Amino acid sequence: MKKIIITVVGKDTVGIIAKVCAYLAERKINILDISQTIVSGYFNMMMIVDMTASDVHFSEMCDELDKVGEEMGVSIKCQKEEIFDMMHRI
Amino acid sequence: MINQREVLETNAMIEKENLDVRTITMGISLLDCIDGDLNKLNDNIYKKIYDSAKDLVSVGDYIAKEYGVPIVNKRISVTPIGLVGGAACKTPSDFATIARTLDKVAKDIGVNIIGGYSALVSKGMTKADELLIRSIPEALSTTECVCSSVNVGSTKTGINMDAVKLMGEIIKETALATKENDSIGCSKLVVLCNAPDDNPFMAGAFHGVTEADRIINVGVSGPGVVKTALEKVRGEDFETLCETIKKTAFKVTRVGQLVAKEASKRLGVPFGIVDLSLAPTPAVGDSVADILCEIGLERAGAPGTTAALALLNDQVKKGGVMASSYVGGLSGAFIPVSEDQGMIDSVKDGALTLEKLEAMTCVCSVGLDMIAIPGDTKDTTISGIIADEMAIGMVNQKTTAVRIIPVIGKGVGEQAVFGGLFGYAPIMPVNTFSCDAFINRGGRIPAPIHSFKN
Repeated sequence: MKKIIITVVGKDTVGIIAKVCAYLAERKINILDISQTIVSGYFNMMMIVDMTASDVHFSEMCDELDKVGEEMGVSIKCQKEEIFDMMHRI
Repeated sequence: MINQREVLETNAMIEKENLDVRTITMGISLLDCIDGDLNKLNDNIYKKIYDSAKDLVSVGDYIAKEYGVPIVNKRISVTPIGLVGGAACKTPSDFATIARTLDKVAKDIGVNIIGGYSALVSKGMTKADELLIRSIPEALSTTECVCSSVNVGSTKTGINMDAVKLMGEIIKETALATKENDSIGCSKLVVLCNAPDDNPFMAGAFHGVTEADRIINVGVSGPGVVKTALEKVRGEDFETLCETIKKTAFKVTRVGQLVAKEASKRLGVPFGIVDLSLAPTPAVGDSVADILCEIGLERAGAPGTTAALALLNDQVKKGGVMASSYVGGLSGAFIPVSEDQGMIDSVKDGALTLEKLEAMTCVCSVGLDMIAIPGDTKDTTISGIIADEMAIGMVNQKTTAVRIIPVIGKGVGEQAVFGGLFGYAPIMPVNTFSCDAFINRGGRIPAPIHSFKN
């Protein structure tokens, strides 16, 4: 499994999750987990996705999600899961 | 599964607290490049380095993108050139051609710095070592990316005082040769005692002769992360303080371990070590001095500083050692002056002196680092400063170093500006009483005894 962590941070607006999910579906990237909070108007989402079945390359996905984020005025960051595993699990 | 709190913590470290991997350094052996013909030697060196490291920068950048963590520098360290150039180089200028070859290949590959223009003379100098040392002013004034180091002592051999004397002169000559740029040449020249073979940090990096043909060493950083973690335990006791530093150092080092393993796999070069150093930069919030203040000092240099630094250095190692399969290099806390805004402020306020810095080097990694002194400081005085620092390393079985910059044309109260990662430094006063007779004796200081410890 090629697990990627996607984090979305920015001012809350309508349709952030919808747009990110639409992109992931189009690229055959499977969502495993979503958690989301809004703190004083700021939207904060973390997704764990699996891109095993996807035909898109990691760096391409980063660039395309960057654009999706830009359109909504939020920042979208993609990172491979290992960095979090390494740091927080022994 | 990873939860949101953990993801947010990691990303806050990266985005707000300057967590980064300071350097991926590829060590390359040049022993198989040796040739009696100077042109052939230079060709061999260029080709070996280029073929070995041509993908280093792109692989480093790609790993940084995948994990979302900056990898600030990609560097190369090579076999000490004093060992490689002996057969072909008959004059200091012959050696300087090798420095220019190193500079060219570093620029062609796109790495930030290349280290290993070095000589290991802890007990004696060969003719080649001496020629290399004498070529340092030319080498560092005609190149940009080359770093030079000279190991003049060790616990096992004692201190080579002839080399110490010579290095005082060479540092001054290098300062003169680069006087147009605040004597910046000296920021790329370090004198060491007990130099490690696998250090990824500059200017002291070289690829030791005990190493494999090629190796990947990684240096982590993260003073800002430690500082932020300590803000949450203000007023708590030393146990809590130490546990917090350990846990933070563990997390920071794990990132280094991940990057090192990945880089090693993708480049097809064995993984050497992770160097667990807290390496500051001039950026605000990326300061070791700020950690000392957070521990409870008004300014770095106040009474208590040496104890606080000893504690910090030890906890960083304790936390980091478990996080990496192989630890090496210098590992600890660096205390350069010009590269750390908190240290600069301490010097400006009169809280930190050269003598206090010397005391601090007894308990941290490395030594008197990036310190600007008046340009009219005597050669022998510089040698005296080096001798003191080497003695600390020799007796305490640790690496110590001197990277000191006599800024030509400037005096106490002025400042030297080096730019980039090298930062800027207020010029510090030096004790001007003479040590001429001591330095001019010549010969060696014998190795210290290691029994009767009390």
